[in-house]
Amino acid sequence: MTQLVRMTGIEKRFPGVHALKAVSFELDSGEVHALMGENGAGKSTLMKILSGIYPKDGGELLVNGEAVELDGPRAAQDLGIGIIHQELSLMNELTVAQNIFIGREPRLRFGRLDEAALNAAAVEIFRSMNLNLNPKTIVGELTIARQQMVEIAKALSYRSKVLIMDEPTAALNDAEIAELFTIIRRLKADGVGIIYISHKMDELKQIADRVTVMRDGAYVGTVGAAETPVSKIISMMVGREVTNEAVAVPDLTDAETVLEVRGLNRGREIRDVSFSVRKGEILGFAGLMGAGRTEVARAIFGADPREGGEIRVHGKPCSISRPSDAVKAGIGYLSEDRKHFGLATGMDVRTNIALASLDRFSSRFGVLREDAMRKTAQDYIGKLEIRTPSDRQEVRLLSGGNQQKVVIAKWLYRDCDILIFDEPTRGIDVGAKAEIYKLLKALAKEGRAVIVISSELPEIMRLSHRIAVMCEGRLTGILPGGEDTTQEDIMHLATLRAPSMQPEGYKQ
Amino acid sequence: MTAVNPTSSPSLAARLIEGGAHQKLLAFASLILLLIGFSVASPNFMQTSNMIAILQATSVNGVLAVAATLVIITGGIDLSVGTLMTFCAVIAGVVLTNLGMPLPLGVIAAIATGAFCGLCSGTFIAKMKIPPFIATLGMMLILKGLSLVISGTRPIYFNDTPGFDLISRGSLIGDVIPALPIPNGVLILFLVAGAAAYILGRTVLGRYTFALGSNEEAVRLSGVNTDFWKMSVYALAGAICGIAGILIASRLNSAQPALGLGYELEAIAAVVIGGTSLSGGRGTVLGTLIGALIMAVLTNGLRVLSVAQEWQTVVTGAIIILAVYADMVRRRKA
Repeated sequence: MTQLVRMTGIEKRFPGVHALKAVSFELDSGEVHALMGENGAGKSTLMKILSGIYPKDGGELLVNGEAVELDGPRAAQDLGIGIIHQELSLMNELTVAQNIFIGREPRLRFGRLDEAALNAAAVEIFRSMNLNLNPKTIVGELTIARQQMVEIAKALSYRSKVLIMDEPTAALNDAEIAELFTIIRRLKADGVGIIYISHKMDELKQIADRVTVMRDGAYVGTVGAAETPVSKIISMMVGREVTNEAVAVPDLTDAETVLEVRGLNRGREIRDVSFSVRKGEILGFAGLMGAGRTEVARAIFGADPREGGEIRVHGKPCSISRPSDAVKAGIGYLSEDRKHFGLATGMDVRTNIALASLDRFSSRFGVLREDAMRKTAQDYIGKLEIRTPSDRQEVRLLSGGNQQKVVIAKWLYRDCDILIFDEPTRGIDVGAKAEIYKLLKALAKEGRAVIVISSELPEIMRLSHRIAVMCEGRLTGILPGGEDTTQEDIMHLATLRAPSMQPEGYKQ
Repeated sequence: MTAVNPTSSPSLAARLIEGGAHQKLLAFASLILLLIGFSVASPNFMQTSNMIAILQATSVNGVLAVAATLVIITGGIDLSVGTLMTFCAVIAGVVLTNLGMPLPLGVIAAIATGAFCGLCSGTFIAKMKIPPFIATLGMMLILKGLSLVISGTRPIYFNDTPGFDLISRGSLIGDVIPALPIPNGVLILFLVAGAAAYILGRTVLGRYTFALGSNEEAVRLSGVNTDFWKMSVYALAGAICGIAGILIASRLNSAQPALGLGYELEAIAAVVIGGTSLSGGRGTVLGTLIGALIMAVLTNGLRVLSVAQEWQTVVTGAIIILAVYADMVRRRKA
């Protein structure tokens, strides 16, 4: 067994963030080495350095025992390092073979393409993978799993000895995962080294030889996959002390149930999700990326269709098929992606605050009362301490935290008593985070029902009165908030592939 | 609360560049330059009669451009404005000449037809999710065909409707101030533009027009019925095309069913020269008016200088590219 890759003391800084702190990682030939860590632990950054997408700021990178500097993805490819991204990057209208050799097509004279040689070369690669696939198939007609095989074939066509797979099973079903693992074992036997990024513990047990854990941009440790218990790996991932003050959970047993969701379903993304929120409660939604939390929120809000499920607001069944229905029922949704889904960034603060309620500012003939709009906007600018030179400022010129406050103001003015916050502090600096937390707590205290979706466990633990945990579209459990629930408890549920409770068990 | 501090606002020039005003200023300056240039080149250019001819030539294209402006601010496009105008003119001809109804009914029929056709386009776009370019391309051909079918491919004359030609060619202003015989068509253009500017700036419909172009998904997720508002904008634009139909029919004293194709491109050109962004979210009616005037001045001036018609078209094309390039440069700096 030879060492393919050795990274030591890797450093990377982005403006305002120390993304990688002296990280080490190594990969042997014929090995599947899993790289684990919470969202934002630095796994992807490390892999982008290895595949030449980012330059490193410090440290040493040895490939096949020689120190190298990668000045681009091409340089990494030439050294035999291939990466398969979570988002497949194939051209759906082209054939399998055309995709694999894009930019390197064999040519005849006068610039004509040699399709025969192209297809033959693709078949050659498939044979090495023991894969039965027609190179002339249009990629868009393949299943996601097969498309992934095409990506792997593409990586292998560069004679890759190192293959990085970023969450390769995120979109696959069990049979497809088995198919993928067969290919991985075959590559392993051929001496390819595979770096496997995944959140799923059971997969690691099946496929990985070693596991390296990262946390907050730092290297935590490397252990053998077979002999290390899952709980040990989770505690390595979570590790950090919860320094924030514990949340004071109010007694809400007598409070009205404001929102009740029963049996929400949509394909593989949302599977039989049921929960309820009380007046004055903050319900946190934890889970890893792709667990289906945003999908649940958007389905409740009517932004995406749903296939089944009942939504009750204040005890009454509520048919929501469009966002305007949800808003009428008093539900507000604050998207994780403010710029695309929350704000008209080219318009001013005043208009954005009034955007959901323009009808309140118009006369009978639809003429806007600018004075009233200005007063309302300035009122909220004061109340939420939005830092802006004036209510006429375009929101694109505000900081992330202040943009978030503008979105919150929009929903507060609409009198929504159910507020769904999706990653409320994403892209917001630390100081502004504390302000947003204070605001969320105040909203609950006022008697609104608040749902917070967050990928940051400390944030969930600091805010939630109860914590709902999701994994792969299922609600795997609801934990009480407060000091007795640990990050390990949450991570356990977040990586649980089959539900541990029946939906009936959630009711309180 | 952070106090609003007016004294810290940037200089006037900086603010004009910051806002969309820069493009409007640029367009306005170009217009003035063109006027000066042509007056120096030809003594016949700056005569009252020629100025009025320019305004008269602007009126129809200007009204259509106002309609196109509304749609373009939503981030859409309307290729059917030209043939819709013709279709509305033909409908007016049917109502007035073939059916012999009184004048106001003909006007109302034309505007209602425009609004209905606009609503159809809006429905295709908002409800059936057909891209605006395709939906209005289809609408453009449907209306062109229908105009020919309904009229039997022959012009419909308004000789039986006394006063119809005065809608465009008469001059209420000239009756009061004989020295200033500005035709009613021009007056109507300014009335339509004023009304559109008011709707854009002061009403819910206007605010949603900009918001749709700025970020439609955010507006939808705010609980706004975006389909309804989008359809409303297209219907309003259609109604304005109906007014343009009356104007052109009155000027020619006939509904010419073969006319109309190509007007949509001139309208869009005026909108673009006027600084409205084709990607939506920003634009002004005043800019569009200036854009329409620039095109009319250019055509007229080149004709006065006896430049061949073919070359006028080439110059217009070049002006469009220049105008959009200037806009791009400005935005890259911002």
